Amino acid sequence: MFRKISRSPIILILPAIIAISIVVIVPLIFSLYTSFTAYKLTRPDSLYKFVGFRNYERLLDNYKFWYAFGRTIIFLMIALNLELLFGLGIALLINKITWGQRTLRTIMMFPMMFSPILVGFQWKYIFNDNIGLLNNFLYLFGYQSAIAWLIDKKLAMGSILAAEIWANTAIFSILLLAGLMGIPKDPIEAARVDGCNSWQVFKNITLPFLMPFIFIALTIRSLDVGRAYDIVHIMTGGGPAMRTELIWTMIARVGYKDANMGMANAMSYVSIILSIAFTYYFFTKLIAARQAIGN
Amino acid sequence: MNKSIKKIIFWILTFFIMFIICLPGIWIFISAFRPNPEILSKPANWWPDVWTIYQFTQMFSIKGYVSVPAFQYLTNSIIISLTSTVIAITIGMMGGYAFARFNFKGKNSIFLGLMLARAVPGISLSLPLFIIWAKIGLINTSFGVILVYVAMNVPFTIWLTDGFFRQIPKEMSEVARTDGCTRFQAFWNVELPLAGPGIAAAGIFAFLLSWNEYALASVLTRTIQSKTLPIGMMDYLNEFTINWAGMCAIAVVMIIPAVILTFIVQKHLVSGLTFGGVKG
Repeated sequence: MFRKISRSPIILILPAIIAISIVVIVPLIFSLYTSFTAYKLTRPDSLYKFVGFRNYERLLDNYKFWYAFGRTIIFLMIALNLELLFGLGIALLINKITWGQRTLRTIMMFPMMFSPILVGFQWKYIFNDNIGLLNNFLYLFGYQSAIAWLIDKKLAMGSILAAEIWANTAIFSILLLAGLMGIPKDPIEAARVDGCNSWQVFKNITLPFLMPFIFIALTIRSLDVGRAYDIVHIMTGGGPAMRTELIWTMIARVGYKDANMGMANAMSYVSIILSIAFTYYFFTKLIAARQAIGN
Repeated sequence: MNKSIKKIIFWILTFFIMFIICLPGIWIFISAFRPNPEILSKPANWWPDVWTIYQFTQMFSIKGYVSVPAFQYLTNSIIISLTSTVIAITIGMMGGYAFARFNFKGKNSIFLGLMLARAVPGISLSLPLFIIWAKIGLINTSFGVILVYVAMNVPFTIWLTDGFFRQIPKEMSEVARTDGCTRFQAFWNVELPLAGPGIAAAGIFAFLLSWNEYALASVLTRTIQSKTLPIGMMDYLNEFTINWAGMCAIAVVMIIPAVILTFIVQKHLVSGLTFGGVKG
């Protein structure tokens, strides 16, 4: 039997492919079909009412959807960049510490253990205008009036970003720290002897070496960007006045609350393409960076 | 002089970052053990006057739960997460071994395809799954959720185990086989024990993903029969009021197993993620 496997090792991958076909591929084909129907959960027979591209046409005209779409992209860009920046900073900081590094590394991973729904709840608690930790803290410094972090139109998005960044910086810092610890010491010392300053060493030696690790972290992160739904869902639910509506919360609203499955599936196709594009982009970058350091 | 100032700034910065990372968790932990009126008090009460385990006894009371059947949710969570992890690890390990040890046509594109399947956002996937699962009677069953989690966890398990098998020199298996082992015996007696810790790490990673998942479970589970802890948590969230202490208590129940498991495997997890990626 094992001779057969060495000839066609695909047998070993087959169970994985079957599982993914049942849970991902078949449902996605089905949802592609429903996105061309007027399917509403409340009227089962509408599943067979074919409407062509009508859902997509309506989507193009739906400015609320495109606001949410644009907001999602901006949200991801800000979040990913800041997470990378903070992650890099923390990794560089911890890398310098020799005493108690293990403990610090463990603490650093702390947010990774939190379920996104828990992260959302915990920050909802902290940002609560009445009993929240943050307002209680500001109260100590004389800010008597409670700031409505999650209700104010201008502050809500920033509050959600804070939660998102708190939760996901860890994956960057932990992977970049692993990269930093693997950097060979010789080239750095040689560069120093040749008169490079710290910035030059960082830019020309450390950063190129870290590049694959940065892309590993970005790839892993991009697989899970949709989990931001959990955080937004519990913190604001898309409010106030749709100011924090991301593409994912909008899908949930249209699909489950309005029971308009056809439309929601059309939306979710846009979001799937968005996610896959993110992952694909970082994956190809990862492969390129891997080749650049000669592996 | 200058150097010691630098050092002090350095330590203050480190301390500040660690404080920010830890504070939310600590605050939740404290709040879980204080009565609700104290949480609501104004001005704030930074340290509990009274410590109480009221919320926990409420959750786990056997004689008819009062508010939230947390014990049932906990059982569901454990069953669903454990089963899906064991299946995902078995399937994923087979795949990871194939990617690490064999060359075949379309290897890279299959790997990429598996990863892209993982990238589909939970909420987008939940719409068709909800309809199909309802049609074939899998909605509100543990099995339905387990099936979904297996598929969600397999790509990542393959990524990790692939990396761990690569770390083991090919020669070891070859030597075992020239000594008369079959390929399977070589795998079972040589490669699997060596990759063991890594596979355990991959397993815990899969477990945590199932343990923490919300978007899919919130749609696929309906009642106490199959609801998991993250979904059960929402029971404390009413239209206008939130039982903060109760919610903090269930959060503590959720986080403790996650913390313990992550501490056990953190070293292997990091090496698995990076090695598999860099030398892939």
